[in-house]
Amino acid sequence: MTTSNKSSEFTAAEGRSHVKKIIGIWLVVAIIADYFVWFVYGPHMPPGAMTDQARGQQFDIKVISVMAIPVLLFIWTFGFYSIAKFRGGKDRPDGYYVKGNVKTQTAWYVITATLVLFLAGFGTFELIVPAGAGGGEGPSPIWTPSTPVKLVVQVIAQQWRFTYRWPQFGGMETTSINLPINTEIQFDVTSIDVIHDFWAYQLGVKADANPDVNNVAFAKTLQYGRFTVRCDELCGIWHGAMYNYGKVVSQTQFYNWATQMQRQNASVTKLLPKFALTYTPSYTGAGGGYYPSGDPNGTAA
Amino acid sequence: MAIKTTSFASGGDGGRAVAGEKKGFRLNAFTGLIAGGLGYLFGHWMGNAIAGGYQQVIGSGQNDIAILLGFIFGTIGWFLGLGILNYPLKKMAGIEPPLEGYEFEPGVMKYFRFTLDNKVVGIQYLFGMLFYFFTAGLLALGIRTELLSPTNHIWGPATYLEIVGEHGTMMMMMMTSVVMGPFGNYLVPLMIGSKRVAFPRLEAAAFWFTPAAYIILLSALWQGGFQSGWTGYAPLSIQQGVGQDAYLFSFALLGFSMITSSINMTATIINYRAPGMRWSRLPMIAWGMITVAFTMLLSVPILIDGLYVMGLDRSVQTAMLYAGHGGSSFLWENLFWFFGHPEVYLLALPGFGLTMEILPVFARKPLFGYRTAVTGMVGVAVLSFFVWQHHLFQSGMNPDMRPLFMLTTELISIPTGFIYLVGLGTLWRARMRFDVPMLFMLAVFFNFLFGGITGVYVSDVPVNVTVHGSYFVMAHFHYTIMGQLIFAVMGAIYYYAPLYFGVKLNEKWGKIHFWTMFIAFNSTFLPLFALGLLGMPRRVFEYAARLQHLNQWVTVSSYVLGLSLAFFVVTFVWQLAVTRPKSPLNPWQSRGLEWQVGYPIPPGNFDKIPVILSGPYEYGDPNALPVADLTPAEPSAVGVSSGGEI
Amino acid sequence: MSKGARAGAVLVSFAVGIALILYGIFGYLRSSPAVVSAVPSASQPNSVNLIMQVDGAVGVGPHPNWVGYWVQDASGVWHQTTLVKVPVNTNVHVTVYEYDSGGALRNAVWSQVAGVQGGTVTLNGTSLRVINPSLTTGNGIAHTIVVPGLGIQVPLYGVGASAKNFCATGPCNTSEAHTVTKFSFFSGNQTHKYRWQCFVPCGLGYLNGNGGPMTTLGYMGGFIEVVGK
Repeated sequence: MTTSNKSSEFTAAEGRSHVKKIIGIWLVVAIIADYFVWFVYGPHMPPGAMTDQARGQQFDIKVISVMAIPVLLFIWTFGFYSIAKFRGGKDRPDGYYVKGNVKTQTAWYVITATLVLFLAGFGTFELIVPAGAGGGEGPSPIWTPSTPVKLVVQVIAQQWRFTYRWPQFGGMETTSINLPINTEIQFDVTSIDVIHDFWAYQLGVKADANPDVNNVAFAKTLQYGRFTVRCDELCGIWHGAMYNYGKVVSQTQFYNWATQMQRQNASVTKLLPKFALTYTPSYTGAGGGYYPSGDPNGTAA
Repeated sequence: MAIKTTSFASGGDGGRAVAGEKKGFRLNAFTGLIAGGLGYLFGHWMGNAIAGGYQQVIGSGQNDIAILLGFIFGTIGWFLGLGILNYPLKKMAGIEPPLEGYEFEPGVMKYFRFTLDNKVVGIQYLFGMLFYFFTAGLLALGIRTELLSPTNHIWGPATYLEIVGEHGTMMMMMMTSVVMGPFGNYLVPLMIGSKRVAFPRLEAAAFWFTPAAYIILLSALWQGGFQSGWTGYAPLSIQQGVGQDAYLFSFALLGFSMITSSINMTATIINYRAPGMRWSRLPMIAWGMITVAFTMLLSVPILIDGLYVMGLDRSVQTAMLYAGHGGSSFLWENLFWFFGHPEVYLLALPGFGLTMEILPVFARKPLFGYRTAVTGMVGVAVLSFFVWQHHLFQSGMNPDMRPLFMLTTELISIPTGFIYLVGLGTLWRARMRFDVPMLFMLAVFFNFLFGGITGVYVSDVPVNVTVHGSYFVMAHFHYTIMGQLIFAVMGAIYYYAPLYFGVKLNEKWGKIHFWTMFIAFNSTFLPLFALGLLGMPRRVFEYAARLQHLNQWVTVSSYVLGLSLAFFVVTFVWQLAVTRPKSPLNPWQSRGLEWQVGYPIPPGNFDKIPVILSGPYEYGDPNALPVADLTPAEPSAVGVSSGGEI
Repeated sequence: MSKGARAGAVLVSFAVGIALILYGIFGYLRSSPAVVSAVPSASQPNSVNLIMQVDGAVGVGPHPNWVGYWVQDASGVWHQTTLVKVPVNTNVHVTVYEYDSGGALRNAVWSQVAGVQGGTVTLNGTSLRVINPSLTTGNGIAHTIVVPGLGIQVPLYGVGASAKNFCATGPCNTSEAHTVTKFSFFSGNQTHKYRWQCFVPCGLGYLNGNGGPMTTLGYMGGFIEVVGK
């Protein structure tokens, strides 16, 4: 193999000059990018600030972005600089013979480990402080809101619709959802068939709806507005059509709406099973007879 | 064992049959198909005889027992018809069987047979994998076509989910072998200086699982499909029609393929290295293969167990995955992701193996930080077993574990970052040559960066609340798999075509393919991050009207991506089958041992076991020894293994 | 093989491949149940009639023992489908003949009537706002028609389990045991494709009763497409 790799060809001074240029370019673009991320795009980042939890998620996205984007830009700067400068050719057959560099490698290990450990710590803090960050915490939540929960909404998922039960309003069940402003809300999410996922995008709430499991998530409403509820776990043919919209309204409006619905639905509420945290399909009739009726639960499911 | 490797002419004539071998009819893929079909009919008949009167079967008009027995006997028939079972069955019967499969023959027919040459298996895998990849890719275009409009539908909602499930499952199960199959099997023995692999029968059988899995999985489309996606969450998957049986059976078959392939790969790399092939000289592809093989061996059995449980729940009404009767739907989620997360890394690691193998050749520099690279790959493989619940952050199971899984997931960026350190270090003051393979390798780093950086977002639990199950996650893993693995594979095809086929693929066509694919890929998948952040869930056929323009952009880009890949298929097949542009030997001036044996490579790979003299990446060192002595005086006198004796 | 022959073989293979793909798309994946359009009469341009029936077993097609809907077209022919088209800005008068048996509801909220004119449906001549699934022993709600996008919720009361001349295969006719539910709704002022489904898990032999006909277009769910006049 031919080679013209004489040590004089790759001087240390030339190397330092490359490093300076790369770092210089990177610093400039990274600072500009971070400015835009934090101050220009930051306030508009998803999922908004309709609840305390959504605001926390938005903050996390901003923090991760200002840390991640310089990393991305460093690799880009280094990569594109290399492509521009370190090109081969007929008279330049082989590159700099170097198989490692203790200082560079150590610096890389230390910097990446520091970033990663900081993000893990930061994420944990952001998970615990806003009461589970809007995620479903299962039947016995360990991160609960600091102020008392004022409203409990049970989300019942079924193939292929969400319905909502309101234990504080006579256990009525509705197909629509409205929420009062400035209220600590507890969502009890469950399913009466397969796994679904209750995703109220603007509220920053997401919790899987599992059959026979009560999955609890918290959110504190802060802003008025419309929010979208979508199913976020594949649940069969109409998964894509399993959505509805809700509104965060004033506390008076909410109370009026809820009491009106309670009156309107009274005759149906009587037919519903007693309010419970989960509803086993076996007990609630109209099954497919997949499991034989002689099973311990008594009714075919 | 007495194999007549000595009767081959040295350095060539690879395809010539050994004189005196028997001629005449031999079993092949077509006899396999016939026997497989008969096996299916027998199994189906048996299932109807057993379960035709079951209450559940009468009610639904659907007999999962018959379908599953059909698949089982169909697969046995396929293996019998291919002759894969001849050797073990005769051994069991106490008959010393002839060593079928070592008879090297000219022409293309050997590619349709159970053949024990690692290079034939490699080529079988290459074409098999490309075929599976393009099938699944076409299905992806079907998905994108539906999403042109938020409300007007090209497919029915059920058909849409069938296509989504087929695309996801086909890609995720088949692409686990897209590197180990065509490149691992073909190259590892050549790279480590062995005349053969450790378990050629397992290696060949691993390939022949894949067509059976492909046919069975695709058959689901004609049986109503399965609407549960590639994740197959229970109890939805218990509720589904018989298409779900095709899902679980084909996935399990591919699982067996991965296990057999991995056993062979680990045994070969550990035991069949030539003298002087120290661990510190092992090529990066071999490191990629051994880390992946271990990951597969430890994770795939869990998947097969889970699928078995699903099969029982579906066919004989056990209730292991159904909460109402004492089971748990969390059980499947845990079993599945205990395999599923290592799986995404076992898709990524071989891509890195290929990239780090090829990068130094075109940078004309040694690989920077060889030990860091190896540590990175081993680190990723080990950590991959401790992160699976990050798919289940909102599932409702044990919230107290979330900080731990967040930490382990974030930690995995450290070893992944090592690979970037190696890549950047290798580019530092290089003398880069921008041939087509190099362009693909640089694109691997570019693309994976998006996948890796967004991985940090996804692993953060609060951010995960918004992005879980959305297009953000979908874009993230397409960047890590398609952007990394498939780009690496494409580059490797251009790189290894001279070695495999003696053909150097046209540079200009290659560059057209690369640039269109690179731009269209990014144009397809970058906007998906935005779609996810704006609230679009995965696997939906209806979406918010405000997202239509972005979706249309993505769909049109995906068509360009499809055309780019179609361009590759046409030019690749045309050059291999019609024009055959002859390549010079070792056109890239690689130091790799695999390039030193010449073309065509003889069936036994090496005339004599070589003695390895130096590492494979010593570019730029004027005093570097050649990588190996191919004609040593005493071939097996020293070193770690005398491996290649057969 | 000569170069020309190889080129020919490659081209033929490509052609066969493309043909197979096109067949897969158009011969199979694009197939769909029939679509029935409700057309207004000349005398009453702002209203259409939609006549449907629900059978315990559709009797035809690849799954004859599944439950399913049938829709009658303008010429009186029954089609086994769940895909209908109605004009925009139109009062749609629906008559549903229910031939299947009923039972308890998985979620009793679907016993409520909503989104229809007057807030009531007429069941066998009686006007009701809620249909109690346990109105009579051995009977209950058989199916429902729910169109979330239009807010429509209509429970369909079933045929008693002890009924004689129970219809075994579709399409059934009115000489067999049935109930009749009538209701009207306004199709709205914009064209749109609304999905609708039954909320009674009626896929017998499937887990939770939600497989089979419940997950197949043309049986227990489909689209009501509101089209321009």
